[in-house]
Amino acid sequence: MLTQTERRRGIGWGLLSLAGVTLFVGIAVAALLSWDAGNTQSRLFTAYTWQILRFTLLQAALSTLLSVVFALPVALALARRPSFPGRIWIIRLMALPMGLPVLIGALGLIGIWGRQGVMNSLLLKLGLEQPVSIYGLSGILLAHVFFNLPLAARLLLAALERLPAEYWLLSSSLGMKPFSVFRFIEWPAARRVIPGITGLIFMLCATSFTLVLVLGGGPAATTLEVAIYQSLRFDFDPPRAIALSLLQIGITALVLIAISLFPAPDDAGITAGRAMRRFDGRTVPARLWDTFAILLATAFLILPLASIVAAGARANLWSLVTSAAFLRAAWTSFAIALSAGLLAVLTSLAIIAAREAVTDMKQPGGTARAFSLSLGAMSSLVLLVPPVVLGTGWFLMLRPFGDVARFAPALVAIINMLMALPFVMRVLAPAVETHRKRTGRLAASLGVSGFSRVWRIDFPVLAKPLFTALSFAMALSLGDLGAVALFGSSDLITLPWLVYSRLSSYRTNDADGLALILGIICLGLTMIGTSGQREAKRG
Amino acid sequence: MRRTILSILAAAAALSLSAPAKAQEKTLTVYTYESFISDWGPGPKVKEAFEKTCACKLNFVGVADGVALLTRLKLEGQGTDADIALGLDTNLISEAKATGLFEPHGLDASAAKVPGNYSDDTFIPYDYGHFAVVYDTQAMKNPPKSLKELVEGDPAQKIAIEDPRTSTPGLGLLLWVKSVYGDKAPEAWAKLRKRVLTVTPGWSEAYGLFTKGEVPMVFSYTTSPAYHMVEEKTDRYQAAPFSEGHYIQIEVAGLLKGAGDKDLAKQFLKFMVSPAFQDVIPTTNWMMPVAKTSAPLPDAFNKLVQPGKTFLMGSDEVARNRQAWIDEWLTAMSMN
Amino acid sequence: MADAVALDKVELKLGTKEFRFDCRLPAGAVTAVTGPSGSGKSTLLNLVAGFETPDQGRILIAGEDVTEKHPSERPVSLIFQDNNLFAHLDLATNIGLGISPSLKLSGRDSTAISQALERVGLGGFERRMPGTLSGGERQRAAFARALVRRKPVLLMDEPFAALDPGLRLSMANLLADLHRETGNTVLVVTHDPDEVGRLADHAVFIDHGHVLLQAPTEEFLTRRDIPPLAEFLSG
Repeated sequence: MLTQTERRRGIGWGLLSLAGVTLFVGIAVAALLSWDAGNTQSRLFTAYTWQILRFTLLQAALSTLLSVVFALPVALALARRPSFPGRIWIIRLMALPMGLPVLIGALGLIGIWGRQGVMNSLLLKLGLEQPVSIYGLSGILLAHVFFNLPLAARLLLAALERLPAEYWLLSSSLGMKPFSVFRFIEWPAARRVIPGITGLIFMLCATSFTLVLVLGGGPAATTLEVAIYQSLRFDFDPPRAIALSLLQIGITALVLIAISLFPAPDDAGITAGRAMRRFDGRTVPARLWDTFAILLATAFLILPLASIVAAGARANLWSLVTSAAFLRAAWTSFAIALSAGLLAVLTSLAIIAAREAVTDMKQPGGTARAFSLSLGAMSSLVLLVPPVVLGTGWFLMLRPFGDVARFAPALVAIINMLMALPFVMRVLAPAVETHRKRTGRLAASLGVSGFSRVWRIDFPVLAKPLFTALSFAMALSLGDLGAVALFGSSDLITLPWLVYSRLSSYRTNDADGLALILGIICLGLTMIGTSGQREAKRG
Repeated sequence: MRRTILSILAAAAALSLSAPAKAQEKTLTVYTYESFISDWGPGPKVKEAFEKTCACKLNFVGVADGVALLTRLKLEGQGTDADIALGLDTNLISEAKATGLFEPHGLDASAAKVPGNYSDDTFIPYDYGHFAVVYDTQAMKNPPKSLKELVEGDPAQKIAIEDPRTSTPGLGLLLWVKSVYGDKAPEAWAKLRKRVLTVTPGWSEAYGLFTKGEVPMVFSYTTSPAYHMVEEKTDRYQAAPFSEGHYIQIEVAGLLKGAGDKDLAKQFLKFMVSPAFQDVIPTTNWMMPVAKTSAPLPDAFNKLVQPGKTFLMGSDEVARNRQAWIDEWLTAMSMN
Repeated sequence: MADAVALDKVELKLGTKEFRFDCRLPAGAVTAVTGPSGSGKSTLLNLVAGFETPDQGRILIAGEDVTEKHPSERPVSLIFQDNNLFAHLDLATNIGLGISPSLKLSGRDSTAISQALERVGLGGFERRMPGTLSGGERQRAAFARALVRRKPVLLMDEPFAALDPGLRLSMANLLADLHRETGNTVLVVTHDPDEVGRLADHAVFIDHGHVLLQAPTEEFLTRRDIPPLAEFLSG
């Protein structure tokens, strides 16, 4: 129920963001295609391409499946135990892998699961002769689960926590058994978000690069993203890079469409907004199982992080933090992350507003429905456009206008914003939808609209998801190396870039220390992102 | 609240607009790779030393690595700001010349001497290093003594190598194996594959795995141990001398056609092979100098492996065959 | 007596359900809208409030065509069964939003808010948050907001359904008192025949999306010749 102005404004903002993102990607592609490479390797669909395509899909599908399947019991257990000791910290830790440069995460994982890692040392002590090697598909899966299980668990947990508190009162008064609770309450709630989560994680895994190469054990483990990088950075063959990117987007889009065909039931009703109390799961076996699930997931998450901490603690942290290079990089990273985060949140809000306006129409025409659909598709598929394509394209585009280094921070921020968009949408869209269901009619009948509605009705309620989304996006941007590496100029040095440049100059110790600091910054961000949760408990 | 956000955005915008101030004096712009100009790299010292002699401003622009440097020049074409490109390696020279952006330096570069007597009318070497397998003496008592021993040795003793599709050391190993094994290279790779723990996208990842103790051998440079001996005072990490000889990586610099002040650019190239520049290289870039230094190198450099034979393929040959050899490598390494 | 609210040959299709309403409701009276569940009571209210727009026909309030108007532009106040208050705002703010959606309140408005709270028995509750109130108190606060809005029409969708019987009685008395004072037109959706008798001057009976009967309360409660109504009244 929107006023004419609100509807028009929503559509307008949506058009603006659709046009903006399409232009940003389109211009980069056009610039690349119009560049006369002269050395195109014409054959795109060689046996090699098919092989990496097959491997890309295989590892992405398996990684996604494992991440979501293991995340479900963890999310259920965390939802059932609102007062589990240290719960808020477990949830905060879950946001950390996101903000780590992947190589750092990989080294942390290797510290635990590697040939010389903690696990193998234990096994060797127990009498095993040869270390168990994770390199190969198993290593890739392990790393992808490490990075994506927490993401899936957090999004599932959010969906479970959006259920009305009355449901738990009801289920306990009806004497529902745990399986009935799962079947009738928890699973329907999870099922609504699982297609979206699956799609997001599938895209992340399909475009994985460093993890696949480092842990894959050999070139048999290669993703399309590697081939795209190779064709642009090493061979400088733009048409091939574009063709491979289109292949990547096309195939993944097909998978996403297939996922979206799974029917999602309607969203649950409204709630009185009372604090959540759970009455189920009070039996000893249920407690044990939940504790087991939470502790196992926490250990899986925390051990590699601990190995990063252990390595980082050996560095001279104080001199690192006070060095001019660090301070400059930290400021650059922060400015880029904040711009990217704010942009991502604003763009998401525009998309949500536009889709809401279309839904609000009594009989949306074909154009309106197509518009709404393309907004939805854009906000997720944009993750599949390789940053190397965007960066190189824009470099060519801006080159005639002077030193590209001047534009680089803005470009990096926009590229990071695009990467963060699907995540931000996943956090914001359901929250806004629930909020609208609760307050939409009341606000409309009172005529509260425009700024007053945003400031008095929307912001206070949506502040928490907004900050969560912002901290998500900022953490992503902070940990991203890819976009910066393209421009790699001495004027634009971010924290991950600093970590890598120390690594490439033998200064492993400094790199470990910087990685630890980066991790602490990300933890700080997620504390801001989850700060509303403690207040909710008090209220 | 809104004001804070606005001011932060404004600051971010200002950050993006802060172009390097244009100085009144002559400027020389040198494109290079990032680690060259980092705080601990040769850049700051080179800049200081050169600016003392030239009454000019030396302006470095750093990109990720040598390959990115060439890509950047291709992208910028004739309009590039670069006067000098410093940091290409010999494998890239053929491609670099094909861009038509470079012009012969016309200088007497005989002061620069590298094993294998490389010389070129367009590019002048400024440092070099031999590729080598570096091993952890605490984890490995009997390192391979030849490429053959590396290929045929105990598969339980692993090595981390780099990917020739994405990194120059990876390409170096590919060429080394090709130089030694020729047509039998695929068979050699098929055997070596069992010893390869993993193939990383770049040198940093592989070396990171190595120093973390995950793998006892890594594909790196003969000069790598010098860093550990000089900076960390440990001789735990050593390079293994291979009886067949070692493949060399030579880093070069060249003069761009569009250079604004060619005399100044040439002055820099001459400076590059003088002691003032060469003194800086060993303990900052951790590579071997190509010309005389004013003082003997630190003792650690005398302990490094001195290859008996140096392999170097012509860059034309590399450019012609790179893709075919990479395909060959892919096939051999992907077999089950 | 002029018609306060008129639904003029209104037709609406929602999914597979079809509605056809054609009725006129008297001004200054309390009209109960009743019928079995799913008959279309709330849909009728939503049409008047503006949450639904008819496919055909017109909706008039005090003789003015409001068919195309946004809910906020219609001269109505609303009270729902639940979620009448923004949970994160205190009572004074919640009620103040009824006076000015942008919360531009004068000193006189503040006094009006306090008086309205006083009138519904919530004197001194200005700074209380909705979460700290009982269900009955929350509905009283919603009444207070309706009071300060001074709109000629008050729409209520099962306003007391969530309350226990004792409370319902006292709320009905409160409604009657307020109605006497303001003399506005009240439409109240209810599924309870007792409540029809207690609250309403008129009643509209809806079944399967159609108005079957519109009559004064006494007649309404005694008619037995319409089978669905007879069944409804016998409970």
